[in-house]
Amino acid sequence: MLSVNDKGENYIVSILVENKPGVLYRVSNLFRRRNFNIESISVGPTEKREFSRMTITLNGDDATVEQLVKQLAKIIDVVKISLLNPKNTILRELALIKLYAKDSRARSDILNYAQIFKGKIVDTTEDAMTVEVVGTPDKINAFIKIALSFGIKEMARTGLTALERGG
Amino acid sequence: MISIAKLSGAQALIESLKKEGVEVIFGLPGGAILPVYDVLYDSNIRHVLVKHEQSAAHMADGYARVSGRPGICMATSGPGATNLVTGIATAYMDSSPLIAVTGQVAKAMIGKDAFQEADIMGITTSITKYNFQPRTASEVPKVVRLAFQLASSGRPGPILIDLSRDVQTEVDEISFTENIGFSRLKHNIVPHPLQVEKAASMLLNAERPVILAGGGVIISNAWQQLLALAELLMVPVATTLMGKGCFPENHPLSLGVVGMHGTYEANKTILEADVLLAVGCRFSDRTTCNVSEFCPDAKIIHVDVDASEIGKNRKVDVPIVGDAGETLSKIYDMIVKSLCRKEKSLWLKRIEEIRSESENVYSSIQESNLSPIKILKELREILPYDAIVTTEVGQNQMWASLYFKVLKPRTFITSGGLGTMGFGFPASLGAKVAKPDTPVLDIAGDGSFMMTSNMLVTSVNENIPVMVVILNNSMLGMVAQWQRLFYGRRYSAVKLVNPDFVKIAEACGAMGVRIGSLEELKNAIGQALKSEVTTVIDVPISPEEDVFPMVPPGKGLKAMIYGALKTSSALAKRSERLKEMMD
Repeated sequence: MLSVNDKGENYIVSILVENKPGVLYRVSNLFRRRNFNIESISVGPTEKREFSRMTITLNGDDATVEQLVKQLAKIIDVVKISLLNPKNTILRELALIKLYAKDSRARSDILNYAQIFKGKIVDTTEDAMTVEVVGTPDKINAFIKIALSFGIKEMARTGLTALERGG
Repeated sequence: MISIAKLSGAQALIESLKKEGVEVIFGLPGGAILPVYDVLYDSNIRHVLVKHEQSAAHMADGYARVSGRPGICMATSGPGATNLVTGIATAYMDSSPLIAVTGQVAKAMIGKDAFQEADIMGITTSITKYNFQPRTASEVPKVVRLAFQLASSGRPGPILIDLSRDVQTEVDEISFTENIGFSRLKHNIVPHPLQVEKAASMLLNAERPVILAGGGVIISNAWQQLLALAELLMVPVATTLMGKGCFPENHPLSLGVVGMHGTYEANKTILEADVLLAVGCRFSDRTTCNVSEFCPDAKIIHVDVDASEIGKNRKVDVPIVGDAGETLSKIYDMIVKSLCRKEKSLWLKRIEEIRSESENVYSSIQESNLSPIKILKELREILPYDAIVTTEVGQNQMWASLYFKVLKPRTFITSGGLGTMGFGFPASLGAKVAKPDTPVLDIAGDGSFMMTSNMLVTSVNENIPVMVVILNNSMLGMVAQWQRLFYGRRYSAVKLVNPDFVKIAEACGAMGVRIGSLEELKNAIGQALKSEVTTVIDVPISPEEDVFPMVPPGKGLKAMIYGALKTSSALAKRSERLKEMMD
């Protein structure tokens, strides 16, 4: 399970790349080619149209991460790479979790837990409820732990996205 | 300066190539690249027609390695493009500036599994420095400019340009500009002064320094700086296979090539080093053998223009990201300030000792009358010092690496990283195109030569006369050597029944000769040097001849062996057991 901890077992690499076809392929192909095992990758637009930001989390030692950063730097489409320090970084992930909710007790329990986690109920049917949780991976993991007691029907996580604090 | 003209994409391509100073393209046409070939018809760029696209890539690669300028190969879409792949991968592993132009099906057909469509962008992403697929004709000049800059800057490497057929035919206002305004050609040429200082003081305080020079020294044309520094400090110089020739191998400080088939002097000396200055090399497994046993007691200074090479295979003490020549001359300047020339040290006396040991070792290696060792030494005697030698891959290559002394940079061309059999002959033709007045000789094995020998036809038709010396042991020799040493002589799929190479040469319009003595070799080369067509010299040698010294796979350099008898008994036992199991 994904967890960003202080021991540095997980690294967060934020890269600014050219927003054009094939760039995601080049980056992900590099991971495969160089045998890097990544935990998650999320990609999205930035404040500038010509760039996208990729946030990559990976588990490994310092040497592995150093190699990853150096290899990424060689891709022409990579504009900037930062290795983020979790202590000084805003980390967010979004999860959509569809839970079994067969009776009214389950429903009200799920509602309560969702509120504790500042989550939202985004869909509901006769026997299921879908909760949206946003936060650090730790927080999402904690919610998932609770969700397991109801039974998870389906789940989707976005993977981590991150920005460094300050100007 | 900007110029604008109304041109097709194909015209824009050829115009752009001309602006880059391209004189020759190696290629083979086909449907999806026809518009470019139509423009080429009227152009003064020479086109060399190959027999298989793989050879086009190797020729362009050979051309690039000899001249230092990008070599261009061209092929059609689909099979044409995929046939280039081995050649592109070869260039990538050896950091050679190759530019491959491929045709592609029309944009609207991409992804539809059209006739002769292959996803060459996807296929070549991990074996090119970059690849381009321009979507409009107007992008072509910028793409070509960028391709040339990328291919030859920093750590060079191959670039592929994939041109859809409709991009080639589309006509538009095309503008050509010198400055492409691309600021992210990333390479740190200038080394960090603090690191240079550290390296200099480490070298000055070293008792047993060694320089390990790789292909990067050749690429950066840094041989003079290397020679100056080595002579200033009186440091012995070993090279990698790719670095062979960057330091004259007849120089008293030269140790030869280090590695699995390294010289006794190089392998022995490097293990005793207390400081190793590694320049433009990447600590490959064929150089270090067992990397954890490679120079265990040495402080390592590693200079490379590619930051990702530093610390990739071997931990280093002083990392320096920078151009080989820049860095060597900065270290030189720093050292010159603080000392006068170093005198003969204990270390050099030790190296003399190692050298005299090596003589015993070499004389203990069993040789037949017409052994490859004798042949290669004889070739060095006959060939002028600046003759260009290419090799195939396998025993021929390792014999050449061990026993053919290279005196000048860019005169030893070999597929080091990828180890591509069939590379040597087309590469020799590319080399000859780059240097028509220099004798070029391919040291071949019978197995490798068969892979691209159809290029004899090209060599004759295109007037590219080279020499090929086939060390013909009717074996896939290196595989046979491993089977002999490590698989209990179980010769699985290595015995070759070859055609008559003399007749093959003659059938293609080349010269063919079979020789049986060193005297005959001398005469044959003498004739070949004067010949206007390619000469194939077939030299039948013993199929039992091994390349020694050798470091058995998985072992450290100190486990070097000099003959089959020294093979570890454990391995012999293992193959015995295997045999029993088979019975």
